[in-house]
Amino acid sequence: MNHLTEIESEAVHIIREAVGEAERPVLLFSGGKDSVVMLHLARKAFAPAPLPFPLLHVDTGHNFPEVLAYRDRVVAAYGLRLHVALVQESIDRGELTERPDGSRNPLQTHCLRRAVELHRFDAVFGGARRDEEKARAKERVFSLRDEFGGWDPRRQRPELWQLYNGRHGPGEHFRVFPLSNWTELDVWQYVEREHIELPGIYFAHDREVFRRDGMWLTAGDWGGPRADEHAEKRTVRYRTVGDMACTGAVESSAMTVRAVITEIAASRLTERGATRADDRLSDTAMEDRKREGYF
Amino acid sequence: MTAATGQPAEALTTTAASLLRFATAGSVDDGKSTLAGRLLHDSRSVLSDQLAAVEHASRARGLSVPDLALLTDGLRAEREQGITIDVAYRYFATPRRRFVLADTPGHVQYTRNMVTGASTAELMVILTDVRHGVVEQTRRHTAVAALLRVPHLLLAVNKLDLVDFRAAPFTAVVDEFTALARSLGVPEVTAIPISARDGDNVVTASTRMDWYGGPTLLDHLETVPAAGEPDDTPARFPVQYVIRPGATGQRGYAGRITAGTLRVGDRVTVLPAGLTSTVTAIDALGTPVDSARAPQSVSLRLADDLDVARGDLIAPVDAAPRPTRTVEATVCHLHDRPLREGARVLVKHATRTVPALVTAIPVRLDPDGLRPTPAHGSLSVNDLGRVTLRTAEPLPLDPYARSRRNGSFLLIDPADGSTLTAGMVGQAPGTAGESHEANGQSR
Repeated sequence: MNHLTEIESEAVHIIREAVGEAERPVLLFSGGKDSVVMLHLARKAFAPAPLPFPLLHVDTGHNFPEVLAYRDRVVAAYGLRLHVALVQESIDRGELTERPDGSRNPLQTHCLRRAVELHRFDAVFGGARRDEEKARAKERVFSLRDEFGGWDPRRQRPELWQLYNGRHGPGEHFRVFPLSNWTELDVWQYVEREHIELPGIYFAHDREVFRRDGMWLTAGDWGGPRADEHAEKRTVRYRTVGDMACTGAVESSAMTVRAVITEIAASRLTERGATRADDRLSDTAMEDRKREGYF
Repeated sequence: MTAATGQPAEALTTTAASLLRFATAGSVDDGKSTLAGRLLHDSRSVLSDQLAAVEHASRARGLSVPDLALLTDGLRAEREQGITIDVAYRYFATPRRRFVLADTPGHVQYTRNMVTGASTAELMVILTDVRHGVVEQTRRHTAVAALLRVPHLLLAVNKLDLVDFRAAPFTAVVDEFTALARSLGVPEVTAIPISARDGDNVVTASTRMDWYGGPTLLDHLETVPAAGEPDDTPARFPVQYVIRPGATGQRGYAGRITAGTLRVGDRVTVLPAGLTSTVTAIDALGTPVDSARAPQSVSLRLADDLDVARGDLIAPVDAAPRPTRTVEATVCHLHDRPLREGARVLVKHATRTVPALVTAIPVRLDPDGLRPTPAHGSLSVNDLGRVTLRTAEPLPLDPYARSRRNGSFLLIDPADGSTLTAGMVGQAPGTAGESHEANGQSR
């Protein structure tokens, strides 16, 4: 069997298991490629019936406008239900304060936990993959979170065969990762095979960017460039899509899915290494964020 | 440097490749990390920012060479204590195949981790040091591979450079290992002499072992058949979800085929109720097909309007398992709280979860050779043993020897939902009286 068909079947099996075991599932949807592939798989899993759960987007207020437009277009086209949790509203309510570096990425954790509590979601689908980051390499497919949303890597349940244990106590919930066994290359090959539309910023385009910490960041009113930084026009694309303050672009001429696949296969950097400032804070930055309830 | 790095990047972008899941077992001293690191490195799966991070972390610990175990030991506690706590999954590809590597730690909680890694593996690499041959760890790893019925076993005899690449020490280890494997009921073993440090016979054929004419380790991984079960295994289809497309549409039964092949026109029974019908349509995630096989996810339609729900099992009428409430199984206990006779648990089998009583724990199996010893009614964490369960509702089980998917189950604590125990229906391999009908009487 072709490996894409096999990992597609595995992901659909995981999605159906979570929906079979949970009472209030939700899909985290940012418009990023992994969440777009997740939505595609989830729609296939229940077709021809409509998607049996809503989407949740944690909007930092620093999201790329093209990606938000894409999100709204997809929601309208498929008649989906979307909840949006706004970081700005939590700041306005005084629950959160801005960080000096301008990044709102770590602030999302609070909004995510709050939305999970508010709607009593008990299975939260995410597009995280084990190949992304070393702390994620040890993540379970069904990952139990305590009532504070926290992750304890030493208390994880062993997962055997294809048997996922979805039992949880009151207030606890599961993060469910159907793309656990996918790689970045698999995601792109699947996008190609299924003709899935992605936001345009994944493909090469001209953009006003400036250099910070060795990455090309998009100029904008979120806080860049500073006086000592210089904005210039470059031909770039994004390998990951997140908060504008911590997601870097890569110089690229890849304008099609096929060209992106060729570029990734030849790349000598991982996608997070190339484009994420938030993982550079420390050796265990991702584990620390996950323990607090990050995606 | 190697055949794999010499491939153009385009070769990795084809989608015709199949997938092989395999696990590695062996202690650090056997060169397991070196072997995994070499496979990842030589297949271009370690990228320069990862390598730079490993080199940095290695220097910080005072090591002179990069410790490739740090590629996968990502947790803070693992880095601080210099041990591997949990199974790590790594991904790499060659132009011929995609690989999922379950790297199972050799020390802490080793049985639990090995059982977990082996449960989904189609092949297990067991590493030995040619100078030491079959040691206690080798026996334990081989016993777990036999117990979990990993279809293919690969003995990698390492450090041939330390015995001047001679054939005799290799042959001696292989003979000893083959006898061990046979005693555990393992039908087939492939043995390869390697030097993981220098790369001999890992990715490229050694020029220093003329006497060895077999494949390299990667050659074998690329060409071994992935499927573990024969094509004529009867179909098993646990229903995960009932799709109701509006008021007029016909119900579809969504699930993943766990064994065999289903065809349109098959006469099937829905268990445990035992109702019968005929498959009228198979939808392979948007494509109507005449047949589908494990491990595909599909949805089915049946000719008759039956009461089918999540937890039911659809199987061919003429080759259906017999639902039973008495389950005899071989288990690995996974939880820090011991499992005791008289415990009330939940059994999760396929998509069905039912209450059960642990009626007997007669036997513990020693981890080196699976020989039975008295269990005195309880099993501790990492213990292997035999249990008898009485379930509240009948379960349509197959012996694990016949189906790894339909013959396996979990025991779950009904109070807090913890996964307690991994179970395999029937007796352990290599033990006296092994029988395909070991799952006992019907209700």
